[in-house]
Amino acid sequence: MNSNHRLLLKGNEAAVHGAILAGCECFFGYPITPASEIAHAASELFPKLGRVFLQAESELAAINMVFGAAASGKRAMTASSGLGISLKQEGVSYIATCELPAVIVDIMRAGPGLGNIGPEQSDYNQVVKGGGHGSYKCIVLAPNSAQEMCDLTILAFDLADTYRIPVYVLTDGVIGQMMESVTLSEPKPRKSIPEWALAGTRETRRNVITSIYLAYDDQEKVNLRLQEKYAEIARNEQRFEAHMIDDADLVLVGYGIISRLLISAADILRRKGIKAGVLRPITLFPFPKDVLRSLAKENTSFLCVEMSNGQMVDDIRLSIECSRPVHLYTRMGGNVPSVEEIVNESVKVACNLTIES
Amino acid sequence: MGRKLKFGKPTGFFDVFDRRPGPIKKNMHYCPGCGHGILHKLIAEAIVDLDMRDHMVVISPVGCAVFAYYYFDAGGISVPHGRAPAVATGIIRANPDSFVISYQGDGDLGAIGLNNFLQAANRGENMTVCFVNNAIYGMTSGQMAPTTLIGQKTATSPYGRSVENEGYPLKVSEMVAALESPIYVERVALTTPANIMAARKALRKGLTNMKERRGFSLVEFLSGCPINQKMTAQQVDEWIEKEMIPYFPLGCFKDIAAERKPISRPKPTFDKKKVLNALVSSAGITKWGAKSTVLRKELRVKCAGYGGQGILSLGMMIAAMGQSRDINVSWLPSYGPEMRGGTANCSVVLSNNVIGSPVVQNTNILIAMNQPSMNKFLPDLVDGGILLYDSTNIAPPKTDRRVYAVAASDIAIKLGNIRCANSAIMGAFAACLKGFELEDYEDAFEEAIRQTFRKKKELVELNIKAFHEGRKSVETRNV
Repeated sequence: MNSNHRLLLKGNEAAVHGAILAGCECFFGYPITPASEIAHAASELFPKLGRVFLQAESELAAINMVFGAAASGKRAMTASSGLGISLKQEGVSYIATCELPAVIVDIMRAGPGLGNIGPEQSDYNQVVKGGGHGSYKCIVLAPNSAQEMCDLTILAFDLADTYRIPVYVLTDGVIGQMMESVTLSEPKPRKSIPEWALAGTRETRRNVITSIYLAYDDQEKVNLRLQEKYAEIARNEQRFEAHMIDDADLVLVGYGIISRLLISAADILRRKGIKAGVLRPITLFPFPKDVLRSLAKENTSFLCVEMSNGQMVDDIRLSIECSRPVHLYTRMGGNVPSVEEIVNESVKVACNLTIES
Repeated sequence: MGRKLKFGKPTGFFDVFDRRPGPIKKNMHYCPGCGHGILHKLIAEAIVDLDMRDHMVVISPVGCAVFAYYYFDAGGISVPHGRAPAVATGIIRANPDSFVISYQGDGDLGAIGLNNFLQAANRGENMTVCFVNNAIYGMTSGQMAPTTLIGQKTATSPYGRSVENEGYPLKVSEMVAALESPIYVERVALTTPANIMAARKALRKGLTNMKERRGFSLVEFLSGCPINQKMTAQQVDEWIEKEMIPYFPLGCFKDIAAERKPISRPKPTFDKKKVLNALVSSAGITKWGAKSTVLRKELRVKCAGYGGQGILSLGMMIAAMGQSRDINVSWLPSYGPEMRGGTANCSVVLSNNVIGSPVVQNTNILIAMNQPSMNKFLPDLVDGGILLYDSTNIAPPKTDRRVYAVAASDIAIKLGNIRCANSAIMGAFAACLKGFELEDYEDAFEEAIRQTFRKKKELVELNIKAFHEGRKSVETRNV
């Protein structure tokens, strides 16, 4: 690619660039720190290309506008943070059940309640586990750089269409706010209108999109079909990045900004003689459990580092069926752990390992 | 004219209601005497007569009309409670060629969805809202609605609605007519044949407005709910005439469709060249230099000062300089309350390798623009690190690190704008980089200034001047 297509962008802005490259036609959003630059960039760039930007009256409205645009067969997205995502959950449940493709970007901030605008990773449970009512899931991608904010947003649209599912791009305030170089990829052509869409044409006139099934057996059938889809996604779409894990006794696990700190920490630990490696989930649903299971050998232990009360740690434990110790180190409230803190915690874990063995 | 009166099912309905589960496929699920059946029929006739059916999406709300899509031979979607106007907005913005009827009851529109409804009305969305006001919740079996009359007994107002507890019934049409954007607002009643004919006319007016893309029309239909009112069909019609209409008067509240130009929406472009141009031009880069290979090791820079001193822009300019010479860069602000007064700082990393942590904790270069920031971050400066400080604001520090003092604020004031002090101190930073042999740093920094101030072009020359003044004024003080 032309070096002239290498830009200095905030993670938040890069998500908008990715959306435009992916051929997204509609952005509906409501301002919230630390995700507002997404709406700012979208309001500048979407109209430039004749695409739709609309500031909705609320998060509820924004996600329902996405619902309508997705039902029309167009690529559509919204973005928010923490409490705004809580508000969107009703709409996400409908979109998931109606099996419509949509993309939602969540730049996590500190909670619960109003919390503050510092970075956290405490939306993990509400985003990865469904979040709204009913037995549904969304695909969740977890970028850790501005480049990935762009690239994974593009992937999010593709996966959303492939599986007819809402896809989250989930990251923390640090990745959203930081600026880095981003190389733009080739823009995608306009998505053709799917045959199930309400496209306002004679051909699509008899299409119907609904999530109400009065007969219990019909409703169960819908649920079973969704679960089959999620199983297929779990088989096909696990993504991760590994750093020095082949001979690692201590596997550090983290996503978003944490994963970058973990790589710095693992390098320091190696110099101290501790065989540390890093496993970064890129997909949070599906969780990369196959690779985690393969790492859960004798002598291996895990240290999960999160900016929450420890939400992803449950998925690590479930993935390896608690066969090896999984330790947890967390910071909350907007605090990002220092590399030094992570190294110290790792040394503590590693020392206990030595004593244990 | 000359057309024969034809009795039968309008062709806007399916002939057989196959979407309806169970054995009954010819009849609707509505109760005898309910207004929904009448309104459905008016809609089914109109969308065919007005030749709108192929482009039509009828929204099924939450409420008794939740199964409207069983019946209409048109696009159908069932949506969350109260959100019909938001979903409708999504549909018509994504595809301005489609038409949409937002079909809503009094709870859906007047209670849980009032904001979505009012906002869509106020945006003047090209849609027709069919508002069925029967003064009671039907689907959930007879609870109080926002339009329930004073004294009316319901499942949740067993002693009768009172002004003290629930306030007056909501006059939706009057409220919407007061807004600037909506073009047509009329209240009708689905009671006597004469009233039903007026309702038919009003509906068609609303739909015609939409067909001509003139904007937002609201038709409010006073309607009966005999089951929940515990009345016969005839009694409920009498009740509407006697009780409802005096409070909710029939008539047209607003009709300015003829004054409005049709709404036109732009066509989106997906042309690769245009898309890339739009993205690149917004980033403000006009010139790229060759890759610089002279950065010998990773530089971790912390910029700190008061909010309003341009600390974040300073970091951004340094990052833009690196970026323009193909060095890997990261810029991370302390964001939030700091931006609104108080202190501000940002971390910048310049590296030939992939950047690990963008959070600068062990600092190679500290740029301090006020005393508290210097006191706070000086201990993080590594052995061999460099401190640059604004000597206008900060007393010479006691430290064994390399120190560059630059009277950045003085320089800026002399140039006539205190706000270019950040560029002045960046001049000092550039002078430090000279030690790293960044050969064409002046060009690179000037380019970075242009890019950073691309939206405030009048400030570019001033900042470039400040940059050079700062660079020249640097004196090394090993305190």
